[in-house]
Amino acid sequence: MKPFAYARPADVAEAVRDVAAEPTAVFLAGGTNLVDHLKLGVARPDLVVDVRTLTSREVTDLPDGGLRLGAASTNSEVAADRRVLERYPVLAQALLAGATGQLRNTATTGGNPLQRTRCVYFGDVTTPCNKREPGSGCSAVGGYTRYHAVLGTTAALPDPTAAETCIATHPSDMAVALAALDAQVQVLGPTGERTIPFTELHRLPGDDPSKDTTLDHGELITAIDLPPLLAGTRSAYRKVRDRASYAFALVSVAAVVSGTDVRIALGGVAHKPWRATRAEELLRGAELTGHAVRTAMDAELAAAQPQPGEGGGNGFKIPLVNRTVVATLRELTPEASA
Amino acid sequence: MTELLEPRAMGQSLVRRDGVDKVRGTATYAYETDVEHPVFCHPVQATIALGRVTAMDTAAAEALDGVLAVLTPFNAERLASTEDVEYAVLQSTEVAFRGQLIGVVVAETSELAREVADGITVTYAEQQHDSVLRTDHPGLYAPEQVNAGHPTDTAEGDVDAALAAAEVRIDHTYETQMLHNNPIEPHATTALWDPGAEVPLTLWDSTQGVHPDRAAVSQVFGLEEEQVRVVCPYVGGGFGSKGNPHANVMLATMAARALPGRPVKLALTRQQMFFLTGYRTPTIQRMQLGADSRGRLSAIAIDVVEQTSKVKEFAEQTGVPARMMYASPNRRSTHRLAPLDVPIPSWMRAPGECPGMFGPEVAMDELAEALGMDPVRLRILNEPEVDPDTKKPWSSRHLVECLREGAERFGWDTRGPGRRREGDWLVGHGVASSVYPTMRQATSTAAIRYRGGRYVVEIGAADLGTGAWTVLPQIAADALGVDVADVDVAIGDTRYPIASVAGGSSGTNTWGSAIVQAAREFRGKYGTDPRDGDEASGDVDQATMDDAHAAYAFGAQFTEVRVNADTGEIRVPRLIGVFAAGRIINPRTARSQLIGGMTMGLSMALHENSVFDTRVGQVANHDLAEYHITVNADVQQIEAHWLDEHDPHVNAMGAKGIGEIGITGTAASVVNAVRHATGVRVRGLPVTLDKVLAGLE
Repeated sequence: MKPFAYARPADVAEAVRDVAAEPTAVFLAGGTNLVDHLKLGVARPDLVVDVRTLTSREVTDLPDGGLRLGAASTNSEVAADRRVLERYPVLAQALLAGATGQLRNTATTGGNPLQRTRCVYFGDVTTPCNKREPGSGCSAVGGYTRYHAVLGTTAALPDPTAAETCIATHPSDMAVALAALDAQVQVLGPTGERTIPFTELHRLPGDDPSKDTTLDHGELITAIDLPPLLAGTRSAYRKVRDRASYAFALVSVAAVVSGTDVRIALGGVAHKPWRATRAEELLRGAELTGHAVRTAMDAELAAAQPQPGEGGGNGFKIPLVNRTVVATLRELTPEASA
Repeated sequence: MTELLEPRAMGQSLVRRDGVDKVRGTATYAYETDVEHPVFCHPVQATIALGRVTAMDTAAAEALDGVLAVLTPFNAERLASTEDVEYAVLQSTEVAFRGQLIGVVVAETSELAREVADGITVTYAEQQHDSVLRTDHPGLYAPEQVNAGHPTDTAEGDVDAALAAAEVRIDHTYETQMLHNNPIEPHATTALWDPGAEVPLTLWDSTQGVHPDRAAVSQVFGLEEEQVRVVCPYVGGGFGSKGNPHANVMLATMAARALPGRPVKLALTRQQMFFLTGYRTPTIQRMQLGADSRGRLSAIAIDVVEQTSKVKEFAEQTGVPARMMYASPNRRSTHRLAPLDVPIPSWMRAPGECPGMFGPEVAMDELAEALGMDPVRLRILNEPEVDPDTKKPWSSRHLVECLREGAERFGWDTRGPGRRREGDWLVGHGVASSVYPTMRQATSTAAIRYRGGRYVVEIGAADLGTGAWTVLPQIAADALGVDVADVDVAIGDTRYPIASVAGGSSGTNTWGSAIVQAAREFRGKYGTDPRDGDEASGDVDQATMDDAHAAYAFGAQFTEVRVNADTGEIRVPRLIGVFAAGRIINPRTARSQLIGGMTMGLSMALHENSVFDTRVGQVANHDLAEYHITVNADVQQIEAHWLDEHDPHVNAMGAKGIGEIGITGTAASVVNAVRHATGVRVRGLPVTLDKVLAGLE
């Protein structure tokens, strides 16, 4: 493990200044992902700035009827909050589908969406990875792709030697629910505060796979706001994984049915939580029959690219995610499928 | 025939003697050994799969404060014996597999050792490696024998003619995956080299056998066995991966010898274990069965292709159980090895029987289906009167009773034709047989001493979490005819008399037999009223070894699976096993062994899979986040039952060994249940949702 300096500043402003001033500095919150990466040499900061006690740990009501999740609130606390359980069950379900009890007791609202991909090559410093070491290439293409992307990739068979190639997925369950809820991210940076729509927090690899998010260096998430929902809104999270607990999603679905709107976010299929906007458009105002949902998802997935690889690749995700969306919406709207 | 002990303490559900210390965290494991001023090792591993190290830049590392030694192939001591290439660490610049040890850094802190080791620049001359297991591999060869001394190939009658004449034929190829043992305690050693001491080398090592460990280390370093002490009171699981030492033990010893007087500690990381501590070789099994229309087998053939490392042969005896499970006049088995540039395979719980009960037991299910016959009935119908392989009579064989009792307990008679749906779930039932040979090792000695009104039994045995601390006193108490509360045992140290490895489910049989012999010696010498200090010892009694019988434990496992009709997710709500494994000495620890084996079998069926990236030459998912082992949420109702069987031909306890049988047949039982639920026949493990998805509506 590379030696690093550890700082525990007095407030968030100082924490932001500290990180902004040091190019390799990182914020530390729950540490459930960062500490692993420090040990593995995946993260090699010179300065670790502990913000665990600096942001709010509270879940508070917002004047518009929404909720504000302080960045230091733990995944367990948010999942158990009565207001979250009653109004945003999709979020509580997503949180409880993630990790283990021990990890959820430590992981935070601010940290969870910023966890890094679990691509096995990203986590292994002996193999090339554009996300870890820009320009080194992508080992995942043609390798072990079971947990990799089928949407938002650059090409059917990306060039593993190209600097922009990355087929990693974002691993967070919470983030998929927040994307479906149209949450807002409150950020403090060196130049002040700003609000980022959650759907714009994460990015596709584009020409720089090393960047997971649109945050600038030194920007700190201070809270995540959940917008108010129409009366009668229903929501659910469905995670499909290789074992019953403590596994990342092969695919996951966060669905929110609100008035005539359906909002669908997909996990395990892309570099970011994937809002199925095409399917949402097709389903707006429509009766959510199995056939309608399947057809809408077919359109959403028309551009999906299966990745070949050890053990048969990940092409199964395309029918799987379609079927999972159908099943999730069937559960939310039993009257439509009856 | 052996005179069976009268069971008084044996058969009691005594609590683990080591349980309280383990729960409180006061049981000391190898790495935690309290030594003065320890120093810490971190290995350097090759990052190519084949070739040669041409240079290692260690100058900067060696100059760092706190770095005490950097050993490489260029400066390491020359070992006395390099006969076993796995142990010939740092003796050559050749790299035979990715992850091979090519150096070690010893430093004042583990963090520093790791940082320095990871920072050493290595230059290689790399060659094209070959790590793809395939049935048409040009290098396939027949080993001289397969593991445990079994013949590579066997043949009887005319399989091809019988298949041609059979009314029903099954001919399918089954694949078992590469699997890695992941005991919760990683492979770890604390080593002290004190050249002036009477016993210059002490290893506190996590091992399944302190004496076999000592034998290997002393040979490699050219020491007399008396110059080496190995201590290991507790083991956090081994499953075979600590059955013989691996290269890490030699590396730790080498580091200790470079720093006389300083205790060195080396614990492999979880990731390193996927390169260095062995694995279950992947197997490809072509199974052919021929039968008449009433279900009588006329031919059984298994042709196995599996991998070994090119540099050290490991020939898993995969085809062996098919030789003896069912009656058939025509039988064939073959093993062929593909030598690859891969890490060295090793033992994993029920080597041979575990993979070898997959293909055959799924093939039996396919045959039952082709015949339109109940798979339990098909097995009963083909029950052999004597061992079909050796023609010896069985010491005892109660497979049929296990099948019948299991069927009864499970409610097998409610099993319909399949594809039953409950809500969103498709429900199916499956069955498979289990088997494991009953073994006794040739060497073990126990000493019994009477002191202060108590009997102390000393033997260098190992408790891997299995229960030896608790079970051996039960045997000793009955052998001595005293209360178990008056017996102490001391195990896990080469200062005690020699003991065999805890492997092959033979520990209790072997050590128990030595204890019984020692008790007889003791009573013969001192009668029932000994004086303080009286002492006797006994060896495992070869005279009572029964070669006239074929001795095996048998079992049957019944599985209910639920497959989600939308997503293909597979859950196992019920798994019931019934075993006939001789006398059960302690029901509490036995149940733990059996359901542990079944859980590991479930894990093999559904989850575990070392995905080998053949481009790079390593396991891609080499940590416990990505290498999935069944978790609590996956294990619902799991039951192990046993028949009241006392086998007079195996040993004085009438016990057969229970460490491994639980894992055999489980995966086949699950796969057979998945077929019943979905109509999808999966022939390659693990059974994951993508393999059944296409077969769902």
